[in-house]
Amino acid sequence: MSTEKLLQIYYFMRLTRTVEDRTRTLFLQGRVVGGVYTAQGHEATTVGAAMTLRDGDCIVPQHRDLGMHFVRGSSPRAVMCQWLSRGNSPTLGRDGQLHIGDMHHGIVPSISMLGESLPVACGVALTMKMRKRSSIVLASCGDGATNTGPFHEALNFASVQKLPIVFVIENNGYAYSTPGSRQFAVQNLSDRALAYAMPGETVDGNDVLAVFAAVERAGEHARSGKGPALVECKTFRVRGHSEADKADYVPKELREEWLAKDPIKRFEAYLSGENILTEAEKAGIEARVKAAVNDAVTFAEQGPDADPATVTDYLYAPDGPIAIVGEPDAEDPRYVNALDSRTGKPFTTMAAATINTPEEVVRL
Amino acid sequence: MSAVTYLEAIGQAIREEMRRDEAVFLLGEDVGNYGGAFKVSAGLLEEFGSERVIDTPMAEAAIIGSAVGAALMGMRPIAEMQFIDFITCGFDQIINMASKMYWRAGMPVPIVIRGPSGGGTKGGPFHSASPEAWFFHTPGIKVVVPATAYDAKGMLKAAVRDNNPVLYLEHKLLYRLPELREELPEEDYIVPLGKAIIRRDGEDMTVLTYGAMVHQCLKAAQTLEEEDSLEIEVIDLRSLSPLDSEAILESVKRTNKVLIVHEDTLTGGIGAELSAILAADLFEYLDGPITRVAAPDVPFPFAPPLEAAYLPNAEKILTAARQLAAY
Repeated sequence: MSTEKLLQIYYFMRLTRTVEDRTRTLFLQGRVVGGVYTAQGHEATTVGAAMTLRDGDCIVPQHRDLGMHFVRGSSPRAVMCQWLSRGNSPTLGRDGQLHIGDMHHGIVPSISMLGESLPVACGVALTMKMRKRSSIVLASCGDGATNTGPFHEALNFASVQKLPIVFVIENNGYAYSTPGSRQFAVQNLSDRALAYAMPGETVDGNDVLAVFAAVERAGEHARSGKGPALVECKTFRVRGHSEADKADYVPKELREEWLAKDPIKRFEAYLSGENILTEAEKAGIEARVKAAVNDAVTFAEQGPDADPATVTDYLYAPDGPIAIVGEPDAEDPRYVNALDSRTGKPFTTMAAATINTPEEVVRL
Repeated sequence: MSAVTYLEAIGQAIREEMRRDEAVFLLGEDVGNYGGAFKVSAGLLEEFGSERVIDTPMAEAAIIGSAVGAALMGMRPIAEMQFIDFITCGFDQIINMASKMYWRAGMPVPIVIRGPSGGGTKGGPFHSASPEAWFFHTPGIKVVVPATAYDAKGMLKAAVRDNNPVLYLEHKLLYRLPELREELPEEDYIVPLGKAIIRRDGEDMTVLTYGAMVHQCLKAAQTLEEEDSLEIEVIDLRSLSPLDSEAILESVKRTNKVLIVHEDTLTGGIGAELSAILAADLFEYLDGPITRVAAPDVPFPFAPPLEAAYLPNAEKILTAARQLAAY
């Protein structure tokens, strides 16, 4: 892997961690609306998996996948507007948290019913297959969601139809307060792949290069027309389910054990050891991260409140032509699905549309 | 061109829309090889191939969820529920995924979910559902219920071309009913969603109904004309969401009496909402109590005598209409 790419990975991991740290501070200050769900400890999994993707690929993320969002182009401004429930957030204040995305940038907005996004991933992949593309879908879920019906329906359908999907399971030890041992009887969640005749692999989810390698392998399989593949990333949710959850059900030693395996510290040690991350480089990345986060918070705080007069608006999409996403001219504003017709502008989840520092947008 | 059944009209609509627009495709259980449990999609696999006529596993969340994902990509999938009763297995995809998507994320979800609904076929508690009230209550999804072959074709075409999720409820009792055979126009046509139609004019009473009950109401209206000299106006709502309130209010303002008939159960049904609208908007126009004929509030029964007792029919409608007329 190139030095540049390694440093990009490091940057996105740091950006993810820092945005979440700041979100927590804002929550404690009473400035965040609603619950806060973060993913300290998941950064190697979310960033490592998404960094394998190419132009035209899609992600179907879940609530702890801020790292995936950033890698694929969601902007810190958009994310912060969601947390602060601003009227200019990508959902115009109609939804919160990380429930953002748009198809022209290949991001399916998630919902709170975990596991339900996976059948949707099948439909995205089905379209890629019907249109004879070499793109793939990266669909993620937690250990909890692997117990739902839609998870199994999606894996089965994807396998029968040989759909180009990489399923990434972020096994972080707990579904809210319920440990893995009370959720499933298999040793590894990658064992679930056996039932659907797809390749399955378990990796250390706190080792970003291991995650990258495994997801890339799975992606090659999916891209070659052989059907879906599954990667279980074993990681740990070192904080509560939400910030309202003290997580006192997690044994202290277990949490400390995982805190010691912090994915960012580990990657930092590796990069320093290889002389890839110099002190100057590290300071430069920290400055960029800090600037992006400060900019996002300032931007969100200056955003308008959601407009109460709009509460019943935009229930139905207007009439008009719809483009097939990813095909020539699909982003032409004459198409109903190219424009957010609520604002008359292209969708605003993305970095390019909302932030002046274009290095947030990374297309590999 | 020969007269076609309600079922053939549905098949024609799917075929013509798939020919017209390559973004349209069909997926569901047994829709390909077998042509569908009721043969609605017979011959489509041969014409369009297995990429556009997809036999799926028995998995409604996967069927509807895949339709949503494809629609987000700009496709226009038609998802078949083998019996509409099984829509409950994919409920979350409709309620939380499809219906909220445009409102919260700004992205259209042009899907049609269709399937055989309704009773009278000795289907029992799990093959006779009238599920409209659940979705009528859900913002963001359109709900339509065609009662004739002409509407079945024209409304399905309109549903496929609509940029929103549409639940299209076919009544399986009407599928092959000989009296519903009808010559359909050679040329392409649609029946716009959101417009009711007056099936029979009258000044003495308005009957609001939809689906298979349209035909029971027309039968009752004929009897009331012949035996009671009453002129009954029968409105086929066709589209429940959006509801054509204008047509409803215009009629009831003239007739001053209203009878609501549906096959679904009474409490919290479509009739309850219609009653509330009429009470709020036409309080001073009403010359009698808003009256409802609907199924009793129990699950759909199996044994023929129980099914007969359960389902509204022309006779029950007649009794209620006479009471209301005499008020």
